[in-house]
Amino acid sequence: MTTANGGTIRRNEPDRPVYLDYQATTPLDQRVLDAMMPYFIEKFGNPHSRSHAYGWEAEKAVEAAREQVAELINADPREIIFTSGATESNNLAIAGAARFYKDRKNHIVTLVTEHKCVLDSCRHLEQEGVHVTYLPVQKNGLVDLDALKQAITDKTVLVSIMAVNNEIGVIQPLKEIGAMCRARGVLFHSDCAQAYGKIPLDVDAMKIDLMSISGHKIYGPKGIGALYVRRKPRVRLVALIHGGGQERGMRSGTLPTPLCVGLGEAAAIAKREMASEAERLKMLRDRFHKRIIERLSEVYLNGDLEARIPGNLNLSFAYVEGEGLMMGIKDLSVSSGSACTSASLEPSYVLRALGVEEELAHTSLRIGFGRFTTEAEVDYAADRIIAAVQKLRDMSPLWEMAQQGINIKSIQWAAH
Amino acid sequence: MAYSEKLIDHFEHPRNVGALDKNDPSVGTGLVGAPACGDVMKLQIHVGPDGVIKDAKFKTFGCGSAIASSSLVTEWVKGKSLDEAASIRNTQIAQHLALPPVKIHCSVLAEDAIKAAVADYRSKQNQEKSAAE
Repeated sequence: MTTANGGTIRRNEPDRPVYLDYQATTPLDQRVLDAMMPYFIEKFGNPHSRSHAYGWEAEKAVEAAREQVAELINADPREIIFTSGATESNNLAIAGAARFYKDRKNHIVTLVTEHKCVLDSCRHLEQEGVHVTYLPVQKNGLVDLDALKQAITDKTVLVSIMAVNNEIGVIQPLKEIGAMCRARGVLFHSDCAQAYGKIPLDVDAMKIDLMSISGHKIYGPKGIGALYVRRKPRVRLVALIHGGGQERGMRSGTLPTPLCVGLGEAAAIAKREMASEAERLKMLRDRFHKRIIERLSEVYLNGDLEARIPGNLNLSFAYVEGEGLMMGIKDLSVSSGSACTSASLEPSYVLRALGVEEELAHTSLRIGFGRFTTEAEVDYAADRIIAAVQKLRDMSPLWEMAQQGINIKSIQWAAH
Repeated sequence: MAYSEKLIDHFEHPRNVGALDKNDPSVGTGLVGAPACGDVMKLQIHVGPDGVIKDAKFKTFGCGSAIASSSLVTEWVKGKSLDEAASIRNTQIAQHLALPPVKIHCSVLAEDAIKAAVADYRSKQNQEKSAAE
């Protein structure tokens, strides 16, 4: 398939599993790779070399990319810091702000459903004496704005709330959160790894002070991300990586020119195609969801349906354990909130935070649709899941009990 | 996770899926595990007058290893006496299916299911006897 601007879009190969895990990562867009290629061998210069043409051409490419990254969120290019990815951006934003302002303020507010790198950054800061409030979420996965208002104190330096949850795809009310933070003089950081390039974001309209961005979630390369750092009013950070003072001293190290160019190109494509892509993904997602619920009973959607990115579904298939289900659909690549798929043997903390009961959390699948997902793949995947769920329910003692009208909760189970 | 061929075979072609009449005095039923923990096994044995297990059926809610472990033990217990069946160890199950370390609990559950089924059968038989006396 050839796109309007002449780039080619790769199709999924027939002998490989159907990829439906776009919240985990995305393949590189061929157009992004094309943009990156010259910067590996020919235009290999160090963008920080000021004394010759190799450096100048690399610097020009990096600055053009910075502008592309900024444009998508209505930011100034000087407010974009390149990092190795959203994990580093989250670490830098949270620890950097907390450490810079620690003499005046020592409190952070975040959500229990944040990505592990946000939660873990906060945990580490607690050891440095920072107080952290981990706010619960509502049943639909969204923050309770009243609870947030109550949680902010005069000592609060930062509110860190993700734009889109990586497991359940729900979109937090960024504009309302931003307005609340600005009114209270609190910095607002948002992990936008799952939102950037997927939904419209505007740092001014949403009053976002710090925003984490990932390359590989938007058909860009792995190993690159960015942190938006507001200039007016200026946000100050203590750096995590020290060295030559690149990126305005906030992130030292030679910039990886091809990766920066890739992130920039991915952002530019997203800016052009986001609206039409969102519409297409919503159509695919709704088609898939409808097909599933028409043929299977007791399938539950986790997270709000309306405030949700178009490329995500998170479904619990009652009475069928998630890892077993994934083994039954080997030709589909999806992920599960089941304990058996995690190292900790605990079911998804995000689903648990929504109040999803453990037995249902074990039965969840996250299905992610993206740029290269086709209608045929969606139909095929839905049919495979339906067949596998039916087969596994036929061999599930819990399904049998439910059919006999036995309340599973009435049984004394021995925890093991 | 990479699983052994034997495990995948049991998962994809599970042996002896189904149910026996749990009210039949010659049937023993073992129900172990918990939904909140992500695995529940129901193992049933049908015992002949000679004390030998004639048939076994299972239903399992769980991961691939849990399903394969229960499928395997239905094969193993058939033709065995109650004592022989109850002496099957989880390590044998784990070894046969080459279970990865994080999945050992699935084999423990399968061993427990056999013991629970045998115990259920025996308690039913005792009740029958005392009812007859």
